[in-house]
Amino acid sequence: MTKQADFPVIFELSQENRKGYSLPELDVPDVDLDSEFSSDYIRQTNPDLPEVSELQIMRHYTALSKRNHGVDSGFYPLGSCTMKYNPKINEDVARFPGFSQIHPYQDESTVQGALGLMYDLQSSLSEITGMYDVTLQPAAGAQGEWTGLMMIRAFHEANGDYNRTKVIVPDSAHGTNPASATVAGFEAVTVKSDERGLVDLEDLKRVVGDDTAALMLTNPNTLGLFEEHIVEMANIIHDAGGRLYYDGANLNAIMGYARPGDMGFDVVHLNLHKTFTGPHGGGGPGSGPVGVSEELAKFLPKPVLTTNGESYYFDHDRPDSIGRVKPYYGNFGINVRAYTYIRSMGPDGLKQVSENAVLNANYMMRRLQEEYELPFTQHCKHEFVLSGKNQKKLGVRTLDIAKRLLDFGYHPPTIYFPLNVEEALMVEPTETESKETLDEFIDAMIQISNEAKEDPELVQEAPYTTVISRLDETQAARKPVLRYYRTEE
Amino acid sequence: MSLPKEYRYSKEHEWVKVEGDKVRIGITEFAQDELGDIVFVELPEVGDELDLDEPFGSVESVKTVSELYAPVSGKIVEINEELEDSPELVNESPFEKAWMVVVELSDESQLDDLMDADEYQKMIDAE
Repeated sequence: MTKQADFPVIFELSQENRKGYSLPELDVPDVDLDSEFSSDYIRQTNPDLPEVSELQIMRHYTALSKRNHGVDSGFYPLGSCTMKYNPKINEDVARFPGFSQIHPYQDESTVQGALGLMYDLQSSLSEITGMYDVTLQPAAGAQGEWTGLMMIRAFHEANGDYNRTKVIVPDSAHGTNPASATVAGFEAVTVKSDERGLVDLEDLKRVVGDDTAALMLTNPNTLGLFEEHIVEMANIIHDAGGRLYYDGANLNAIMGYARPGDMGFDVVHLNLHKTFTGPHGGGGPGSGPVGVSEELAKFLPKPVLTTNGESYYFDHDRPDSIGRVKPYYGNFGINVRAYTYIRSMGPDGLKQVSENAVLNANYMMRRLQEEYELPFTQHCKHEFVLSGKNQKKLGVRTLDIAKRLLDFGYHPPTIYFPLNVEEALMVEPTETESKETLDEFIDAMIQISNEAKEDPELVQEAPYTTVISRLDETQAARKPVLRYYRTEE
Repeated sequence: MSLPKEYRYSKEHEWVKVEGDKVRIGITEFAQDELGDIVFVELPEVGDELDLDEPFGSVESVKTVSELYAPVSGKIVEINEELEDSPELVNESPFEKAWMVVVELSDESQLDDLMDADEYQKMIDAE
């Protein structure tokens, strides 16, 4: 097994004056820094950067990448994260010079193609979600949530309604929902789930009131279950004067079949790096467009990208806008990838995505429920949640099962989330996996369950085949070492 | 696991030890076992008011963050500062060293709504 010490950081490979680059000859006049800046602004010592050859860099980062696990190297059923395959055509298109060699400060007339792509993406996302208009500005999902909530706040305030201080979130919600509500200045209030894992309507009626700003919900919910009473819930919230916020993390299950706008949602954020195949999981960056209903459209972040029929332009004259939420206009490169995905799949392809995502999840759930406790037994959508309760009685916890999966070459599913399921294990296979891969994973899970019965210690001490064995997570959390210090020889 | 007989217990797995007109509060052995290794304990400040069933702090373990719900109402008169540097006490000694707060009761009758050791034992056996 390789020790950590065998992998130096790149600074330790450095040799003075070794170069891994060559610069072209200067084709502009040389400027003497001393004549342009006072000495306070000029660095007196060289920056401490690693000096290595190109080959050293290649070997160093290739070695590191081999220790990583990505969807291109193996199955990655991380529930709630939609770790699907990112088609490589996305990368080709994002590198077209017309997209990759432009600058945000260029005159609009010189980047009409790029603006046209963004406008078409806005329109496509409006159509897919059933919303009136979409902004591409937010950099990722959490910023999208915050942007959406700020628009809801602006809406209430524009109505002279300053008492709506509460945002309702289900107890199964993504952690970002209550966090975004808090950052946007609201108080997060929890609504309970019922015994079927859906929002408890009676409890919703109990917590809703004239202080309700919004209900934040993802549908299907974090248990992978479709909220059947969504229209009734929308009515409860709207009747109380609140607005309905859709967390788009789980759109992969319903895309092409159901639209948040038709369910009564007023604001929707999407994670283009999930459903629409932007790279993510360390690869990023994300992109978190937000769609709104007609009554909220005037609050969209400005500038708003629009068209007069002849050309595309940014409209800055938006007096009710909540303002700009990101410099320039969104994570453009990711938006190009999402647009490429939408256009290469087409409407029928996107419907097929939802179908296969749901079929794959149900197939796995039904086979795994024979070995693992399934707390909610109705059909799931794109993901499902098992409980490690049975295995826990044998002394094997969900964390141990997750660690053991590493030995089979899988990234473990999401564990201990959602919080309302004991010893939770949340699996999202996505539509891009073959039946063979699903079967192999199911077999590994069944084998681990058998090991828990016959030889629990084997599971408790896993993993065995990875570069690093069981980490001391407790110590890492209690006494974190967050900085690297070079030890001088 | 044996539960201190003289303590009272809440549905949210807190224990309450009566000391005159004050109570000492912590989380149970069962709660720490469910949470796993505790890495951080967030407590209120002395002088803060506690409202029955409302969150007053949180306990963070390797796998989750769990809120502490007030088993009684009252005023915080003491907090266990040792837990800041030694959260592992919650795992090692949940009923003794890892007491979290001492509260001056505002309504003694709330104690009657808590469970005794036998009732609490039955509740966790059923889980």
